[in-house]
Amino acid sequence: MATYPSTANSRALPPGGRARSFLRRGQVGEDVAYLVTLVAAATIFLITSLIFYELFVQSAVSRQKFGFHFLFTQTWDPIAGNFGALPFIYGTVVTAALSLLIAIPQGLGSAIFLAELAPRRVSDSLTFLIELLAAVPSVIYGLLGIFILVPFLQARVVPVLKAVFGFLPIFQGVFYGVSYFSAGVVLSVMIMPFIVSVSREVLLAVPKDQREASLALGGSRWQTTWHVVVPYALKGIMGSIFLALARALGETMAVTMVIGNTPQIKASLLAPGYSIAAVIANEFTEAVGSLYISSLIELGLVLFVVTFIINGLARLMIMAASRGGAHS
Amino acid sequence: MDPSSGDLAKAVDARTPLPGNHSPADTPGGIGSDQMKVQTMKLKASNVNFFYGGFHALHEINLQFSANKITALIGPSGCGKSTFLRSLNRLHETIRGARLEGTIVLDNENILAMNASALRRRVGMVFQRPNPFPKSIFDNIAYGPEINGMGNHQHVAELVEQSLIRAALWEEVKDKLHQSAYGLSGGQQQRLCIARALAVNPEVLLLDEPCSALDPIGTAKIEELLFTLKDQCTIVIVTHNMQQAARVADYTGFFLMGKLIEFDDTKKIYTTPGKKETEDYITGRFG
Ligand SMILES: Nc1ncnc2c1ncn2[C@@H]1O[C@H](COP(=O)(O)OP(=O)(O)OP(=O)(O)O)[C@@H](O)[C@H]1O
Ligand SMILES: [Mg+2]
Repeated sequence: MATYPSTANSRALPPGGRARSFLRRGQVGEDVAYLVTLVAAATIFLITSLIFYELFVQSAVSRQKFGFHFLFTQTWDPIAGNFGALPFIYGTVVTAALSLLIAIPQGLGSAIFLAELAPRRVSDSLTFLIELLAAVPSVIYGLLGIFILVPFLQARVVPVLKAVFGFLPIFQGVFYGVSYFSAGVVLSVMIMPFIVSVSREVLLAVPKDQREASLALGGSRWQTTWHVVVPYALKGIMGSIFLALARALGETMAVTMVIGNTPQIKASLLAPGYSIAAVIANEFTEAVGSLYISSLIELGLVLFVVTFIINGLARLMIMAASRGGAHS
Repeated sequence: MDPSSGDLAKAVDARTPLPGNHSPADTPGGIGSDQMKVQTMKLKASNVNFFYGGFHALHEINLQFSANKITALIGPSGCGKSTFLRSLNRLHETIRGARLEGTIVLDNENILAMNASALRRRVGMVFQRPNPFPKSIFDNIAYGPEINGMGNHQHVAELVEQSLIRAALWEEVKDKLHQSAYGLSGGQQQRLCIARALAVNPEVLLLDEPCSALDPIGTAKIEELLFTLKDQCTIVIVTHNMQQAARVADYTGFFLMGKLIEFDDTKKIYTTPGKKETEDYITGRFG
C-alpha cells in the first residue's frame, strides 16, 4: 500500500480516498486471481504426482519380485504367478502406431481440404460433424468395430492386403477378425477428429501475408499450401498428432473389444494381441493375490511412463522443428 | 502558410540529379538509353473498375506506368491504393467476391487472360509489413526460384546471392544465410522480402507502403535501393508518406475515394498540382 504516494492526503480528501480504495480492491482482485490460478496449476501437478506415486507404491510387490525383467518378459500366467509386460507394451505401441499411420495422412488431408479448399460454410459444418465423432463413446466404436468393421475387413480388405502385400511378415497368417490390425483401424477413426479439428484451426490461423507472399512469387495454390502454409502450421499440427497419440495409447474399451485379448507377440498385424489398458480393464476385477494385482498396477505404471516419454519426445521434436523456423 | 509543400518541393529538387544518371551499358534486359527516352509504357490500366461484392471500390481508373520509372500512388486511407496495386498482379483474386472490370495490359498482353502464376512471377510484390517465411534467409530467397523451377541448386544459390546483393542486404547477412530470417531487424526483413521478390527477376515490382513499419534509417535504405532497382524493373510504390513519394517517384498518382484525381510528373504534382483536392491533400488540409 505504501506504493501509493498520496496516502496522507487521501484521508482528508474523500474522492481521493474512494479512488484509493478502488485501486486497493483492484489489487486484491489481482491477488485473488493469482492465487486461484496458482492453486489450479498446483492441483494439476499434485494429481499427476499422486497418480505416479500411488502406481509406484502399489506395484511394489511386483517390482520387487520381477525387477526390470517385468518389462522384457513375454509370459503372462496368473496361475503360475509369472507376469511380464512385453506383449502388452508391444500391443499398445503397435496399435497406436498403426492408428497414427492411418489417421495422420487422412486427418491432415481433411484438415487441408477444410482449411484451404472448402468454402467456409461447408468447412464449418463438416468440422462440426467430425468433432461429433470425438464425442461418440468408445464402447460404441467397439461395437461398430465388432459387428461392422471386423466383418468388412475380413471380407474386403484383408484378402486384398494379403494378395498385394502377402509376402510381408506383417500380413501373414490367418485372420480371425480380432487383431492388432482391427484395433489399429478402430483407433484411427477415434483419433482422427483430434487431428482434423486442431490442424484445421492451426492452418486457418496462418497469417494471410504468408500465403500472399508465396502467391506473389508465382506460387500456385497447392505450392503455397504445401510449401508455406503447412510448414508454418507444423508445430500446431504436430501438437494435434500427439494429442491423438495420447488418446490412442490410453484407449481401453474399443481396443479390448477388437484386439483379441491374447497376451502374445506376433509379427503379423492380423494376429490377435493385447494392450496395456485392455488387460488392466479386463483382469483387474478378477485378479486375486497381491502379486497379480500388483502386476496389473505396474502395467499401469508402465503405461503412464510410456505416455510420459512419448509426450516428452514429442515436445523435443516440436522444439527441434520450430528451431529451424523459429516463429511464434 | 503551408510549410509542408515547400519541403516537398525541396525534396523533389534534391533528388532530381539522382535518378536517370546510370549508364545504359549496365542496364540488363537490353533496355537501351534510347528506349528509355522514348519511355515505353510497361503497364497500362484502362477503365478499371473494382468491386468488393456490392461495394464499388475503384471507379474508371486509367493509368500507365512507364518502364524503368518509379511511380508513386498516394491518397488518404481507404481510397483504394492497395486495391489498385493488388489488381495489377491479380492478387485480389484470393478475396471472395472481389471483381475487376476493365483491362490491364502488360507489354501488350492482357493480364486478365494470362496464367496468374506466370503473371505474378513477372509482376512481383512487397507488402506493408515484412512477411518473411519462417525459414532460413537462404531458403526465403530460394523459395521463388525453386517453385518456379528456375534451375539447379548451383543456379539457385547464385540467384540468392545476386538477389541479396541487389537488395543491398548481402553484406549484412552473408555470414548467416542459414539462420532464421526472423532474427533480422524489421528493415533487414523488408529488404529480405525485396530480395525474395527480385529472385524471380520480375519486370514490375509493386510495393505497398513498404516502409510504414520501418524507422527512418530503414526507410532511407529502401528508398536508396529503389533508385538502383529501377534500372532493372518498373516500380510502383504506394505510400502514405508524401516526402517519400516526393523523394523517390518520377510520377505520382493521387487517389481519392476510389478515383484517380490526378496523375503527373512528381515535381508537377508537388509544386503546381492541377486539382484542388490534390493540393489540399498535399498541403495536409485533409487526409
Ligand atoms: N477485402 C475487402 N473486402 C471489402 N472491402 C474492402 C476489402 N479491402 C478493402 N476494402 C475497402 O475498399 C476500400 C479501399 O481499400 P484499400 O485497402 O484499397 O485502401 P488503401 O488506399 O490502400 O488504404 P490504406 O492507405 O489505409 O492502406 C476501402 O473502403 C476498404 O474498406
Ligand atoms: Mg493499403
